[in-house]
Amino acid sequence: MLNPLFWLQAISLAFSQIWANKSRAFLTALGIIVGVASTTAVIAALTGLKAKVLNEFESVGASKFFVFPDRPENAPRNMYPWEKILIKTNEVEAIRDECTLVKSITPITEVGLDVESGDKRIEGITIAGIWPEWHEVQNRFVQEGRPFSSMDVESERQVCLINADAIRELDLPANPVGEAILIGGRRFMIAGIVETTQARFFGMNTSSAEIFIPFSVAEKLQERNFFMRIEGLFKSPETALEGEDEVRFVMRRMRGIGPGEPETFRVAAIDKFIAQFKTLATGITAIAGGIVGISLLVGGIGIMNIMLVSVSERTREIGLRKAVGATPMAILLQFLLEAVTLCLVGGFIGIAFGRLAAYGLTQIPGAQLEQADIPLWAVAVSFLFSAATGVIFGMFPAIKASRLDPIEALRHE
Amino acid sequence: MVESNAAAARSNSTDGAADDSSREPLIRVCAMSKIYRVGVEVIHALRGLELTIGRNEMVAIMGSSGSGKSTLMNMLGCLDRPTTGAYFLNGRDVSRMGAKELAMVRNQEIGFVFQSFELLPRQTALENVELPLVYSHGAWRGRRARALAALDRVGLSSRVHHRPNQLSGGQKQRVAIARAILNKPSILLADEPTGNLDSATTAEILELFRQIHAEGQTVIIVTHEDEVAAHCHRVVRLRDGYVLSDLPIAQDIAARHRAPSPQAAQSAANDTNAGVAC
Repeated sequence: MLNPLFWLQAISLAFSQIWANKSRAFLTALGIIVGVASTTAVIAALTGLKAKVLNEFESVGASKFFVFPDRPENAPRNMYPWEKILIKTNEVEAIRDECTLVKSITPITEVGLDVESGDKRIEGITIAGIWPEWHEVQNRFVQEGRPFSSMDVESERQVCLINADAIRELDLPANPVGEAILIGGRRFMIAGIVETTQARFFGMNTSSAEIFIPFSVAEKLQERNFFMRIEGLFKSPETALEGEDEVRFVMRRMRGIGPGEPETFRVAAIDKFIAQFKTLATGITAIAGGIVGISLLVGGIGIMNIMLVSVSERTREIGLRKAVGATPMAILLQFLLEAVTLCLVGGFIGIAFGRLAAYGLTQIPGAQLEQADIPLWAVAVSFLFSAATGVIFGMFPAIKASRLDPIEALRHE
Repeated sequence: MVESNAAAARSNSTDGAADDSSREPLIRVCAMSKIYRVGVEVIHALRGLELTIGRNEMVAIMGSSGSGKSTLMNMLGCLDRPTTGAYFLNGRDVSRMGAKELAMVRNQEIGFVFQSFELLPRQTALENVELPLVYSHGAWRGRRARALAALDRVGLSSRVHHRPNQLSGGQKQRVAIARAILNKPSILLADEPTGNLDSATTAEILELFRQIHAEGQTVIIVTHEDEVAAHCHRVVRLRDGYVLSDLPIAQDIAARHRAPSPQAAQSAANDTNAGVAC
């Protein structure tokens, strides 16, 4: 219906209008600029946080699970004494032997002991008792030397694995395999060096020196009723839910928990945490979307106001355009296009500011937002929303312009 | 009174033309009335006006304020529709057309020239002249050449990229005339085209109208100045929504000199013009 020249001049006119009224256009679009900038910045922060958290989860392993002792809620303390709900070694063995969906499993028990090497003595280092499967579960392997063998476990050999930080703190030689250290006054031979983990889980794993000993040895060093937790891997993250049921079934049978009775332990799968976190992040994104909706509404009212001013200022121009043959539709489209252009320019500036804010977030030390960035979909949605604002709030002034009587318009002062 | 005013002289130059379309006059206005309601007041701007204008005439429409002159101009320019009566432009009744159709008619058939030029301030002369093409169908190709030719016709080849604020009043009106003749309209309709110009520039602009008319363009000038009307070949005088007199320029001048009273001019009109019934 309308020829290319119409669109060409309408678009160039829209931009020249904005350029001719730069400061007015900027103030008008401010609502949209602020709305888009703040929302894209929030989405960028969320995206960065999500990437960070999911990364942490991934580094732990999506198919990982934990088993802890857990007193049932609202249950009297004397009904479930601590020693009764502690995890026992035979329970770990039962899960290992019977759960078909469990790939590998290890008990972990920790005991604080003094460690000596030559003149160097460090008090209260956490010594962890583990099975050889620990390496697979934790995805941390031996760099130098060898891992524990089944012989080490069965014969309760006094061997240990240490990490690089422990070597440094104990002033050991660079390759200390075969050296001996004193743990709790007992002589342990260093069998191997364990990799240091790259990502720390929410910064909790801050103790840097780590020493591992066979689980069977740790049992002897512990008191009678000692705490242990189970860490394990399911065969795949997809079967995590079924695997969890399997572990719970075995644990209930081992503990003789009848149907309807509360569990005295808790199985937690990483997979579930990820799902929960994703739900949370989606919720926050939706709230951010709501905020942008409100700010675009406010911005849109500003756009409508300024477009009404523009129509009134350019009444004679509208009259002339009608006199030389502009149809009402052509006038309507021209003013609509102008409102949309104004909104899109506002959206563009808003995204630029949002991008700047996102960069600022990545520079905040310790904010864990190094990966904050505006995703492409947020850019697309911002433009879409800005354009929609232009159409919705530009419609009324555009209709008003299109309905002007050319005679009245040409007579307008 | 109304019947007697149904007098319209046909220009001799067009009567002899052989093609079919020339049998119907360019403009035929029949019993045109326009009634405005302003609050409770009813204003009869036109009262059964009759007017016929042939191709390639150069007509002045004159009258004091309130004579219906502006209303008639709006009707002839298809900016407004009559309350009753008909307006045939090129044989088509445009008085019952919708807004969209009227816009197309204005685009193709009418070229407006206004007293205050009405140029778009931020556009160059060339862009201003191109404006009607923005609303034309299929005018994409060759638009620049057409606009340049129109500017050349009005003698502004050297001011193509100037903006209105860089042009003198006369130059602005030349740009407006170039814009008006761009689509080769049936009517060049000028509303007080020299009202904002000094006398030297007025003469230049009127000379330009004369030349464009000489090239075959029908020109209608709405004015209240006798000097402007003197450049036309025919003068239509209105009063109270009627055609008061409709005379060739020589007789109009003569009538004016003989009897300043318009009534006298009226009787002269009845004597000299053959009535054309609608």
